[in-house]
Amino acid sequence: MTEGILEILFMYVKAFVVGGSICVIAQIIINFTDLTSGKILVYFMLAGVVLTAIGVYQPLVDFAGAGATVPICGFGYLLANGAIKGAAKGFFYAVTGPLTAASAGVSAAVVFSFIMSLIFHSKTKRN
Amino acid sequence: MSAKKTAYVNKNYLQYVKKLDPPTKHFKNCFAAFGVGGLICSIGQFFRYMLEYAGLSGDELAGAVSVLLIFLGCLLTGLGVYDRIGRHAGAGSIVPITGFANSVTSPAIEFKTEGYIYGTAAKMFTVAGAIIVYGVFSGVIVGIIYYFI
Repeated sequence: MTEGILEILFMYVKAFVVGGSICVIAQIIINFTDLTSGKILVYFMLAGVVLTAIGVYQPLVDFAGAGATVPICGFGYLLANGAIKGAAKGFFYAVTGPLTAASAGVSAAVVFSFIMSLIFHSKTKRN
Repeated sequence: MSAKKTAYVNKNYLQYVKKLDPPTKHFKNCFAAFGVGGLICSIGQFFRYMLEYAGLSGDELAGAVSVLLIFLGCLLTGLGVYDRIGRHAGAGSIVPITGFANSVTSPAIEFKTEGYIYGTAAKMFTVAGAIIVYGVFSGVIVGIIYYFI
């Protein structure tokens, strides 16, 4: 029993450290260049796709769990993983695979954002 | 003023601005990004364990975790809390999937005044559109490459 709890705690630590480290890499890039947040998101997502395609990202996901899937690279991982799984089924599924895998995230973002835009009004930014 | 002289003045002015800029606090920024980014990932891990306990597994589990985090990101953006976190955390709040949710919700709310079709709906994808375009494009390329090898 205690071993199980220790394992779960260790998993949280791994998720924290790996996820935090990915954010630190992004922060260092932001500090030294003038990339805006949108560009950072696109580059990190592309990095996730490429790393998954060459087979580096899957071991990281197995190791760190949410630490690797929650950052935006995890979205790239999801897309590439959908493509790889689809490619095993046939050409049609290789093309539809990425968006099918990402559909949950995109639908959630669209639906929730629309609901929030109905409820909330934009606030003047307090700096 | 000739174009060359304008460029010279601009350069001088930029140097002057740079001199007066407060220096970037590299260590403090990175520490905040590490803490906040790590915390969001730990929350994701927590959802993962809870939903696993509730009986989800595989793709369904991963999808449900992202949906929950996106919901939190949208809600906190709507309440105006996320921008306040982002001011201190920098990349720690941009890179996790909640930052993606933030990038969709915040223009959706901000451009509400331009109407629901050309405002909310059209502006929703100012940043997310780029992510989806390049994500799907690169994903399809990966799929085609894996199909032929």
